Amino acid sequence: MLPASAWYLILLVAPLLIVVVMSFGTKSRFGGYEPAFILDNYADALDPNRVSPFITSLALAVSGTLLCLLAALPIAYFIATRGGSRKSLLIVLLIVPFWTSFLIRTYAWLTILGPDGLGGIIGGIIGEPSFRILGTPAAVLLGVVYGYLPLMVFPIYVTMERMDRTLIEASKDLGANRWATFRQVTLPITSTGLITGSILVFIPLMGEYVVPAILGYGRVFLIGNQLVLQFLESRNWPEGAARAVVLIVIMLVSVVFYLWFVNRGRRTREVSVL
Amino acid sequence: MSAPATPIAAPDIRTGVDVAPGRARPRGRAWDSLVEGWLRGHTFLIYLFLYIPIVVVVVFSFNGTSRRVAQWEGFSLRWYDSVLHDTVVQGALYNSFRVAFATAILSTVFGTMAALGLQRAPRWFRAPFEALTFVSIIVPEIVIALSTLVFYSTSFDVVHSILGIRWRLGYETIVGAHALFNISLVMLLVRARLSGMDRTHVEASFDLYGTPWRTFWQITFPQLLPAIVAGFLLSFTFSFDDYVITYFVSGAGTTTLPLYVFSTIRKGVTPATNAVAAVMLLITLSILVVGQFLVWRNARRSGQRGAQASVAGMITEQSGG
Repeated sequence: MLPASAWYLILLVAPLLIVVVMSFGTKSRFGGYEPAFILDNYADALDPNRVSPFITSLALAVSGTLLCLLAALPIAYFIATRGGSRKSLLIVLLIVPFWTSFLIRTYAWLTILGPDGLGGIIGGIIGEPSFRILGTPAAVLLGVVYGYLPLMVFPIYVTMERMDRTLIEASKDLGANRWATFRQVTLPITSTGLITGSILVFIPLMGEYVVPAILGYGRVFLIGNQLVLQFLESRNWPEGAARAVVLIVIMLVSVVFYLWFVNRGRRTREVSVL
Repeated sequence: MSAPATPIAAPDIRTGVDVAPGRARPRGRAWDSLVEGWLRGHTFLIYLFLYIPIVVVVVFSFNGTSRRVAQWEGFSLRWYDSVLHDTVVQGALYNSFRVAFATAILSTVFGTMAALGLQRAPRWFRAPFEALTFVSIIVPEIVIALSTLVFYSTSFDVVHSILGIRWRLGYETIVGAHALFNISLVMLLVRARLSGMDRTHVEASFDLYGTPWRTFWQITFPQLLPAIVAGFLLSFTFSFDDYVITYFVSGAGTTTLPLYVFSTIRKGVTPATNAVAAVMLLITLSILVVGQFLVWRNARRSGQRGAQASVAGMITEQSGG
C-alpha cells in the first residue's frame, strides 16, 4: 500500500500539479521554463483561431463513441443472450486483438486502406485515381473505432450477462414484443454498462495521438498531435501545459455533464466506471 | 427459417383476448428471423473487422517483394531473416523485454500489496487512494506521458543544482511511468479476487495458530494467484506494447520495439516492418497463452470452473464491475 501511495503521489499528483503551475509560467530564452504568473498560455490555447485541435478532438471523440456504441450493442447482446456454451470463446476472441499492440493494429490499416488496397479500389470504381482514404478524418474515425471497440463491448456484455433473464420472459408474457422488451427492459437495466463503456472510450479518444499520427498522416490534427508538437518538438512547455490543463477540464466537464444527463430523473445515481 | 403459414391468431377461447402479438402472427415470425439473422451477421462482421488487420500484417510479412508491401510476390522468409539479424531490432527487442519485465515485477508486487493493505485501511485513507487509482487508469496516456516528462525534467534540474549529478531519461524513467498505470491495474484485479474470496479458510488458519505470514503464503496467496498472474501478464504486455508514454520519457539508447516500429512506419511500411510486428504479436500472444494455461491449471486444482477461471474472464468482469 505504501509503495503504491508513493507512486501515486510522486508520479501522478506531483506531475499534474507541476503541469498546472507551469501552465501559468513563461518559456525561458533557452526553451526551458521560467516561473511567472501570467494567463497568456490560456489565452493562446483558447484563442478562437487556435482552438480547432480541441474541436476536432471533441468531434472525433463524440462520433467515435457513438459508432462504438452502435457497433458494440448488438454484439454484446448476441454474446450474452445467444452465446450459449461458446460465450467464453467469443469473449476470448474479443480480448485477443485488444491484447495485441495498438500500434501494430493501427498501422495495419495503412496497407488495407492504402492505394494498393481499398483506397485504390474505391478510386478505380468511382473513376477518380487521386481518391484517398488515408489522411482523412474518416480514416482516423475508423482507426479509433477499431482500436477502442472492445472497451465498449466488455462492460455492456457484463451487465447484460448479469441481468435477470426472467424479466425478459415476464415482459413477453405481458404481451410486449421483442423491440418493446429490448427498449423497456434490457436497455434500462444495462444502462450502467452503456455509461461505463462510453466513458472508457470517450476519454482515451480525447487524448488520442497514435491513430491521427499514423492514419491521419498528421493532417487530421488533434489535441494529442499538438501536445506532442509542443512538448517534444517546439519544446514550448508552458504553452503545452496550458493546453493539457484545458484538455483535462474538457474531459472532466464532458464526463460530469454526461453522467448528469443520463442520470436525470433516476433515483439511484450510479457512477460506477470501474 | 421460413415462417409456416399459420392462420392469423384466433382469440383465445377461454379469455377472448388475442394471444401475445409479435409471436404467433406470421409477419412477427419473419421479423424475428430477420432480427436473428441481423444479430448473427453483425457479430460475424465485427469479428472479421477485428481480425483482418492482424491477419494482413502477418500475411504480408511473408511477402517476397522488395518494393511495395501490398503487392504479393510469393512466399518468403527473407524479411524475418533480415530483421532478426538486424542489430537495431535486436537492441530494441532487448530494451522492450527489459522495460516490460521490470514494470511487470514492480507493478505486480506493489499492486498486490496495495490491494491487501486496503482491506484494513481506514476510510479517510481509502477514499482518496481509490480516487487516485481511478484517475491513474482513466486519464489519457498522453497526459500521463507529458506530466511525467515535465516532472522528471524538473526534478532532475533540482537534483543537478543541489547534488551536481546529471540524471537522464532512460530505463528507470520509462519503468516508473509505465508502473503508474499498471500498479492500479494489478490492484483492481487482485481486489476483485479478494472480494470473492472465502474468508473461512483464513479464519481457520488463525484458529489453528497459523502466523499471519504462514496464513498469507499457504491460504491467501494460492487463492489470489490467478489474479496475480493475470496482473503480471497484463502489465508485461501493456508495457511491452506501449508507445505514447515511452516516446515521451525514453532517453538516448532506450529505443523500444514500438518506438522502432513507429519510426519505420514514418518512412513507409515495408515487409520488414511487418516482420517485426509479427514477432511482437507472437511474443504477446504466447504470453497470453502461457498465462491462460497457468490460470487454468491453478483453477483445476482448486476446482473452479467457467469464465472466472480465465484471464479474459477476469478482465471482462473488472470492466463491468
